[in-house]
Amino acid sequence: MEFLFYMGDVFTPINFGLLLLGTIGGLILGATPGLSPTMAVALLIPFTFQLDAAQGLILLGAAYTSTVAGGAVSAILLKIPGAPANIATTLDGHTMARKGEGAKALQISFLASAVGGVFGVLLLIFLTPVLAQWALAFGPSHLFWLAILGVTVIGSLDSKSVVKGLLSGCIGLWLATIGFDDIMGAQRFIFHPALGGGINIIAALIGLFAIPQVITMFAKGRHNDGAEVIKVQKHPIGGAIRELLRNKRAMGIGTASGSIIGLIPGVGGQIAGLVAYDQAKKFSPERDKFGTGHSEGVIAAESANNAMVGPSLVPLLTLSIPGSPTAAVLLGGLLIHGIFPGTDLFDNHPDVAWTFINSMLIGQVLMCLFGLYVAGLAAKVAQVPQSVMAAVVLGLAVFGSYSVQSSMGDVYVMATLGVMMYFLERFGFSAAPLVLGLILGPIAEANFIQGSMIANATDGMSAYFLGGGLNLFLIAVVIASIFYSAYMELRSRRYTSKEEIMA
Amino acid sequence: MSTSSLPRLQHIIGSGIVAAVGIWVAFVSYTQQPSEAFLFPRLISSVFVVLALWTFAKACLGWTKVGGGISVRQFTNLLPGLIIALIYIFWAAKGLGFYTATTLAFFILLSLYDPAPHHAVRSWLRRILITAIFMVVIYGLFAKLLTVYTPREVFF
Repeated sequence: MEFLFYMGDVFTPINFGLLLLGTIGGLILGATPGLSPTMAVALLIPFTFQLDAAQGLILLGAAYTSTVAGGAVSAILLKIPGAPANIATTLDGHTMARKGEGAKALQISFLASAVGGVFGVLLLIFLTPVLAQWALAFGPSHLFWLAILGVTVIGSLDSKSVVKGLLSGCIGLWLATIGFDDIMGAQRFIFHPALGGGINIIAALIGLFAIPQVITMFAKGRHNDGAEVIKVQKHPIGGAIRELLRNKRAMGIGTASGSIIGLIPGVGGQIAGLVAYDQAKKFSPERDKFGTGHSEGVIAAESANNAMVGPSLVPLLTLSIPGSPTAAVLLGGLLIHGIFPGTDLFDNHPDVAWTFINSMLIGQVLMCLFGLYVAGLAAKVAQVPQSVMAAVVLGLAVFGSYSVQSSMGDVYVMATLGVMMYFLERFGFSAAPLVLGLILGPIAEANFIQGSMIANATDGMSAYFLGGGLNLFLIAVVIASIFYSAYMELRSRRYTSKEEIMA
Repeated sequence: MSTSSLPRLQHIIGSGIVAAVGIWVAFVSYTQQPSEAFLFPRLISSVFVVLALWTFAKACLGWTKVGGGISVRQFTNLLPGLIIALIYIFWAAKGLGFYTATTLAFFILLSLYDPAPHHAVRSWLRRILITAIFMVVIYGLFAKLLTVYTPREVFF
């Protein structure tokens, strides 16, 4: 119950003000199609430089939580999911809005998000210290395999092509080696002076997530989305609470699915929402009503995508392994303050760790309270033309990456990686494994070198890296995730081919 | 060239570039000294090369299933914006000054991609107003709040 000791820190004027700012800003950003939670958090990082670690994390954590929930506004009122996590919400939420139940859909979506989100953060609170203690037993070989696991799991599960996902991970691992070697001081792959200090993670994150989105908006041309915002009638909040209580099954399925999926690295909110929607439909006696504006669909999807947020941070805070691209961005936010996740975080900076986690708990409640009031404004923001969004995001990306070290080199790196990522994405590569490779690369290399030294002095490389129960378990998980994803890829192709034949 | 063959050619070019980078990384990793500094790059570049060549071979054989490439329309749409963005980042920001370059780039991009008609005075006034508001916000955030000193060069 250590977290209760630090609960008061969330309510200091600055911390609470940042929490409010992150929550309201996140709700509005989340409703904006094209601004994903990861990109929003990446663009916010430069604004945390002058804050202390806990304050910076409060802002980033609040933005992460509320962008996921805010995406429901445009999903319901415009039929455009604000983030991939809100795809399942569109199925019933928008139909409800068309039937004149927009306010009800928004209310139950925010209430379900809050319930799922609170459960997810409680899971984070109770699981994290246990796993952090367990992580103490990890040696360099285990940490090396964990870093590789982080890259391969996201590379294989998060990508449409296993080979391209793994290749993206390799590109990220290579990019992480650019610069001066830590041990020998040797120059590695420095083919431009801007790369002398290596690739700055924050600049890279901004480039990899923001610039492809800007170019995608350019590629649409002078295009008017023409999305029509459905007017929202008043609906009593008591009615929405009763609706939620009537649908405890969908709520439970959504929360449980989201929490479990959140714990698995690489499986994002999109999957959580869709799996919860599918399961709620299977177990519902009114399954025929799904897709026709049924509240159970909205409840299951929204509780799942917010329940996923807390558990997705468990691998990050305990093992330093970000389980999702957004968690990777949060890791960047921690590293700029010289704080490393894992036992170091809970032993040496418990105030930072618990204030951050507690703020996420309080943030869920604020997100629910403000969501209902900000929804109208958020829907208006969602109509902002793509031309404005593209120019705004580009400007923020340039200023944000420059402000990291007041270096034009970082801006060049940001732009180069961003343009490269846009073209790679068009050929089926994915940004998430590349980012994970870039972030986990130094962890993998440091532990590989440390492990090699231990191995050379003891049993030899193969015995050290490939022996022992935990090493074998981690290697087995790496291999299993690759084979499982390859199997699913082949299966989905066969399924598509049959569909094509039928068509 | 038919449009159906376009993605295949694009995949060959794209995966070919990735494979070339992979080969270069592996070559540097295995030839540069001190070898201890390149132990980890050797490990990853070996996997990198195998996966990159596999992807390239699949692209050459037309077996690539993922990634739709870029259509001619998309490319012509993005090209002006990309050129403006690259000039802004790689030359104007340093050459003209950060704020001047950002104002110009923002306004040009907005004018290029705004669906509002180009002949209406009202839409031009709206674009000028949006640019002015954005620049005030950016200046307030970065120059005043975060006290970031940006290159001023010729202008500001």
